[in-house]
Amino acid sequence: MAQRAVALGAGALVAALALGPVAAVLWRAGGFGAFAPGDGQALRFTLWQAALSAALSVALAVPVARALARRDFPGRSLLVALLGAPFILPVIVAVLGLIAVFGNSGIVNGALEALGLPGITIYGAHGVIVAHVFFNLPLATRMILQGWLALPGERLRLAAELGLGPREVFRVVEWPMLRRIAPQAAAVIFVICLSSFAVALTLGGGPRATTVELAIYQAMRFDFDLGRAAMLACLQLALALAAGLVALRLSGAAGMGAGLDRVVPRWDAARRSARALDAAAIALAALFLLTPLALVAWNGVPGLADLGWPVWRAAGQSLGVALASTALCLLWALPLATRWGEVMGLLGIAISPLVLGTGLFVIVRPYVNPVALALPVTALVNALMALPFALRILRPEAEAIRTDFARLSAALGLSGRVWVTRILLPRLRRPLGFAAGLTAALSMGDLGVIALFADPERATLPLQVYRLMGSYRMEAAQGAALLLLALSLGLFWGFDRGGRNAGA
Amino acid sequence: MLALEGIVAGSEGFELRADLRLEAPGRVAVIGPSGAGKSTMLDVIAGFRAPASGRVTWQGRDLTALPPGQRPVATLFQDNNLFPHLTLHENLALALRPRGGRLTAEERERIAAALERMGLSDLSGRKPGAVSGGQASRAALARVTLQDRPVMLLDEPFAALGPALKAEMLAELARVAGEMEALALLVTHDPADARAFAERTILVAEGVAAPPRETAAIFADPPEALRAYLGA
Repeated sequence: MAQRAVALGAGALVAALALGPVAAVLWRAGGFGAFAPGDGQALRFTLWQAALSAALSVALAVPVARALARRDFPGRSLLVALLGAPFILPVIVAVLGLIAVFGNSGIVNGALEALGLPGITIYGAHGVIVAHVFFNLPLATRMILQGWLALPGERLRLAAELGLGPREVFRVVEWPMLRRIAPQAAAVIFVICLSSFAVALTLGGGPRATTVELAIYQAMRFDFDLGRAAMLACLQLALALAAGLVALRLSGAAGMGAGLDRVVPRWDAARRSARALDAAAIALAALFLLTPLALVAWNGVPGLADLGWPVWRAAGQSLGVALASTALCLLWALPLATRWGEVMGLLGIAISPLVLGTGLFVIVRPYVNPVALALPVTALVNALMALPFALRILRPEAEAIRTDFARLSAALGLSGRVWVTRILLPRLRRPLGFAAGLTAALSMGDLGVIALFADPERATLPLQVYRLMGSYRMEAAQGAALLLLALSLGLFWGFDRGGRNAGA
Repeated sequence: MLALEGIVAGSEGFELRADLRLEAPGRVAVIGPSGAGKSTMLDVIAGFRAPASGRVTWQGRDLTALPPGQRPVATLFQDNNLFPHLTLHENLALALRPRGGRLTAEERERIAAALERMGLSDLSGRKPGAVSGGQASRAALARVTLQDRPVMLLDEPFAALGPALKAEMLAELARVAGEMEALALLVTHDPADARAFAERTILVAEGVAAPPRETAAIFADPPEALRAYLGA
């Protein structure tokens, strides 16, 4: 009984936190504000860049996934594992890495200059798209790789026995799989890119590269136009919900889990041209994904020596925020680790952090200075954002524990407290560790709602990196970015490890 | 005495009817084809399933509304009788202290004695996965003795053991039930189990649990449904 009440309470809190702020924004604004001339353009840009990012990510992922599916080489499993890393990679770190490659004084422009060719720029719409592909190509590759590895072996054997050529194998075996998986992957990426804020903030901006999320931030931060922010917030909400529903419809059981360690035996892949194609796909993808990160590490080391007090303070505040939102997220996730709870948690995906932040800002402003609550609000919003992922990880295991041991526990008359502390938590340690690691890393790297509230005293580390970039102190920014990367990965590794080590 | 009075229980398209009395102490086999309602009957007694109508009483007290943990009933399930992440000792401790808290010295002694009686003293620090199937069954049986409840429900608990080990465990079970002066109900597929273990036998067939009869008598002159089940 008590457990049910806790679950209902947690669900109600999620709903209130997700929907309350939107209502607050509307109420304070006294209705919708007028469409500013730039807003229609922001909407068009948001849809266009999300569609293009999704299409490019998926199209490029197909050859990479095929190469990974049919080739075994030293470092393959490491590369496949690394494809999961962008999920916990702070956006600002990746952006710095991309600037180091494609920026004005980056290595690409260096090479072009040496050849006497005109330079390129990373800022603007195409920069936003490059960054989105950087983040989502690995995701698309993992999803499609899973599809490839799930191809029935008999079908490939039959194709080999019939002596089908590569074109026929593609048509008969691979295309049907791709037709199913590729739209799913594209829909997921489209949804992710719809609420792109940090990438647009750092690489985009201006009338030609502003997303709706960025427009909300500008309406709040620069114009303090609540009516317009409310209107944009509702627009974003409608976009995200509609796209989210479509993605949910398309998605089957795809997602995390399932081993990617295996290589599919293929008989049609021995030709020299196929080998060259696969090698090129893997090499280019690895180059595209690893060079920026290597440069962040390489360029960051000199800056580490004198990070300065503001960076260390921001790092400390970020750690506090990350740990608080991890604790909050898990406390939320445990009672919600059921079927309907997972649906509730999905609200967290549909609702954008900026909308939430704006609403909370409006709610607390009559009582306290919102700036004073910048860090707690960030922790809260981060917890809500990570909740769907935590639930995805925890629910199957939690339900298995319930079905296996509910009868024995009832027969023994275990109290709710003993059930949770002695049975549920110990048996959940592994997924709990993984979920905690993801939440902590996501929160550590988040550059979203904090940008709305912050003042010079209160900054998270990602925001501090952004400020250093803004004041053209690139060396310091790169040093701080390396620290941020180390802290994010360290938090993930530490929690995940903690869960694994807890006695088999 | 345990009584099932006018019990009707079931779910979509399946119904079990039971109206019978069982003297305690005693050892009773529950036999019948699968799907006939043996497990449903046990669930009703243990409180895992609420009957659509009828009452379950023990010594005249109505149990029907009580949750499983508050009934005078201890169950050995087919599997999942022990928590795999807790040692044997911790599993037994949980049976004595289901609401948490420290064990008293007296409770420690009871656990040690229960393990001793089952020949498990040396294994008390092991987890269920690190002992043999027979040893895990003994530990589960030790757990039931510690629960010290006058009704024991045994839902084919030794089905996964080999024939020799199963016979040994049934003998052990009969001894324990005798010591505790308990009423023990054993669900089984195997007529040999019923003969070896039970003084009386309940036949559950076609949705009806028949009142108990002497085991020897029921097998000497099996009713039609039992004959069909035995294939005799």
